[in-house]
Amino acid sequence: MSDAIAQAPGARTRENYWRTNAAKRRVRRRYAADRRLQYYGLGSIGLAIVLLGILFSSLIFSGYVAFFTTKIGLTIYLDPNVIDKANPGAANYRKMARNAFFTYFPEVTSPMERRQLGKSLSSGAPYVVRNYVIAHPEEIGDLVDIKVPLSDPFDQLSKGVIPREIDALSGDRVALFNVLKRRGVLHVENDKAYVKADVYINPGDVPEGDVEAADYQRMVDEAFRTFYMRAHSRAYEEILSQDVASAVKARVLADPALVGKTIQVNLPLSKHYDNLARTGEAKVLNPRFSSEKDLQWFDSLKKRGLLTTHFTWELFFNADSRFPELAGLSGALTGSFLALLVCFLLSFPIGIATAVYLEEFAPKTRWTDFIEVNINNLAAVPSVVFGLLGLAVFLNVFGLPRSVPLVGGMVLALMTLPTIIVATRAALKAVPPSIREGGYGVGASKHQVMLHHVLPLALPGILTGTIIGLAQALGETAPLLLIGMNAFIPSIENMGLLQPAMALPTQIFSWADSPERGFVSRTSAAILILLSFLIIMNAIAVYLRQRVERKW
Amino acid sequence: MNDQSKAFTMEMDKSGSVASDTVMNPHKVTSRKVSVFYGLKQALFDIDLDIPDRAVMALIGPSGCGKSTFLRCLNRMNDTIPDCRVTGEIKVDGRDVHDPDLDVVELRGRVGMVFQKPNPFPKSIFENIAYGPRIHGLARSKSDLEEIVISSLEKAGLLSEVKDRIHEPGTGLSGGQQQRLCIARAIAVNPELILMDEPCSALDPIATAKVEELIDELKKNYCIVIVTHSMQQAARVSQRTAFFHLGILVEEGSTADIFTNPTDKRTQDYITGRFG
Repeated sequence: MSDAIAQAPGARTRENYWRTNAAKRRVRRRYAADRRLQYYGLGSIGLAIVLLGILFSSLIFSGYVAFFTTKIGLTIYLDPNVIDKANPGAANYRKMARNAFFTYFPEVTSPMERRQLGKSLSSGAPYVVRNYVIAHPEEIGDLVDIKVPLSDPFDQLSKGVIPREIDALSGDRVALFNVLKRRGVLHVENDKAYVKADVYINPGDVPEGDVEAADYQRMVDEAFRTFYMRAHSRAYEEILSQDVASAVKARVLADPALVGKTIQVNLPLSKHYDNLARTGEAKVLNPRFSSEKDLQWFDSLKKRGLLTTHFTWELFFNADSRFPELAGLSGALTGSFLALLVCFLLSFPIGIATAVYLEEFAPKTRWTDFIEVNINNLAAVPSVVFGLLGLAVFLNVFGLPRSVPLVGGMVLALMTLPTIIVATRAALKAVPPSIREGGYGVGASKHQVMLHHVLPLALPGILTGTIIGLAQALGETAPLLLIGMNAFIPSIENMGLLQPAMALPTQIFSWADSPERGFVSRTSAAILILLSFLIIMNAIAVYLRQRVERKW
Repeated sequence: MNDQSKAFTMEMDKSGSVASDTVMNPHKVTSRKVSVFYGLKQALFDIDLDIPDRAVMALIGPSGCGKSTFLRCLNRMNDTIPDCRVTGEIKVDGRDVHDPDLDVVELRGRVGMVFQKPNPFPKSIFENIAYGPRIHGLARSKSDLEEIVISSLEKAGLLSEVKDRIHEPGTGLSGGQQQRLCIARAIAVNPELILMDEPCSALDPIATAKVEELIDELKKNYCIVIVTHSMQQAARVSQRTAFFHLGILVEEGSTADIFTNPTDKRTQDYITGRFG
């Protein structure tokens, strides 16, 4: 103490060391670093949540429409003369459905128009009627009301997914047009738009003074090109109407003296550009409809209240279809279920047995080390490689059939095994050694300690690993594509372990590839369903973990 | 009560009466030239130690001196440690524990063990105790098993405390109760020898006192070997004490002798607190 007093104030003593400015700065910096670390974490969590939110909202936004279908009620007479009671599936239901539909439009009589009108009805409508009759054979001879779906474009139109009209001109065409606008050469006369251009009547284009045979198109092109000196494409050429040359020709024919002079001509625009110039927009009928009549018929049905919106049970209970309004996931769900069943039955016992051997029995040798390292690495092998392996081994060597859930499940099991083994080993390692000692201490043998004490305690971890592995397998696409598990299965009646099938992710893959507008929302809806299965599986994993977990 | 449990009870009575009239009993365990290696490292050097029946033998010594290792040789618990090798001869009841004909499971049935940290199974109190008799086939019926559980709990002095919650998890008990549950679990298989590896080091003084009382009670019927760090505990509960140092058995004798009149300087230094 006396030493401290003896020292000069401000000296580096233990008492004042923590009060120097440098020390205070250090403290401030340390606090700032702590806060920064926290903000980095918050930032990345926030980013993840935002991205997840975007993913889900876009999926829901584009997918929710698939859960609703527009249907029209048809009153159909199930004519006993047409439908054979013994074999009700064979009748001409297409004709029945169409004729019932045509009664709403008695004024449409010509075969051409009827063909067009018939396209408003889903191509799957006859099957809906047929299935109804097969399910209710006692109603043959009755007048029945059956709701059948509209075809995809009309379904989408009714749900407001696609517009009646679309922009006739793409953005870059509009940009080309705006060049003219900026130059101020556009003007409208008598409800028609023109480009004011100076056309030089080039004597070189008038062969031997024959004004009749002169190439006026070339002269107009020359003049018009001056507006687009820097354009790389010749897309602007479609701006002018086809008959611009005749306007010039008429002028020159009237006054042959104009040859060699430059005249100002009003060049008419082609149809869409003309609309764009006069009204500021150019629309055409959505090409998914064949003519305005389609829309008129649709509006008429709508006005009469014949169209109703229903929940799309087909999405869950129908198998795949070429018609989006009838396509469903039941085939894919069945296929996925069968494949996952095979995957679970193979990977769960093999995985646990492997993990228990490696963790509890295997001697520490170079071989077991090698196996261990390889199992850990297998968990990181891209799934497509497992698909190739399945293709090479199961299909080519063992000669198992293509596209079947058995092989799909086997390939998925290969993929799931490392996950289960790693998770099981971690769970076994986490069982405190005191439990094993207690077991051995009362004279339990090795297998008794394993089965009675260690495995039950490791079970939550094992189950979690297994369910996460299965959830991964459920979402796996590439290996299934390689063994052909993306078959088109329009009916689930004959599905089995050795029958061709598709799975949820491959179904999504093939729908995503389809051009019909309805498959866009169907794809999103299928992804939502896949995600909800994954969420359910993970929730089960969490529940099981908390349920089975015991404290010690 | 059926024949087996009657025999069980009779044996208890008999041994109890024998214990009271003799202080120095025949040796339950004899060990000759026991050495233990962990890989290349030798942990115990030629231990010769005889342990009397129906008495408490305390093994004391500084940390890492090999007393726990020796204890674990007696029921071949060291088998579960990879790379651990035991040489020499250990006889329990005149039978070599390394005899290839001897089943290690049977040995561990005859030699119960209580560990440093209470380690009840994460099951009910009943199941904790019933587990040993069940795997050894000691009970022929459900009532037999209940009999064994009740008597074990009683012998461990736990019955009155847990009577009403015998089907509740054993892990819900206090530390001291858990340790006594582990003792009850060990005696449920009717062992001849009970090994205790620092059974009180994780307990508070009151729980320690209870376990010590229990040990005192149990020594009437069992041969007990206890490893302890507390010299007071060794002095309180044991009749004989062995002092280990750096893998060597330095001195062995009656507890009174070791603590009042040690012959080796190292023993004296240790018990007077000069090292350890």
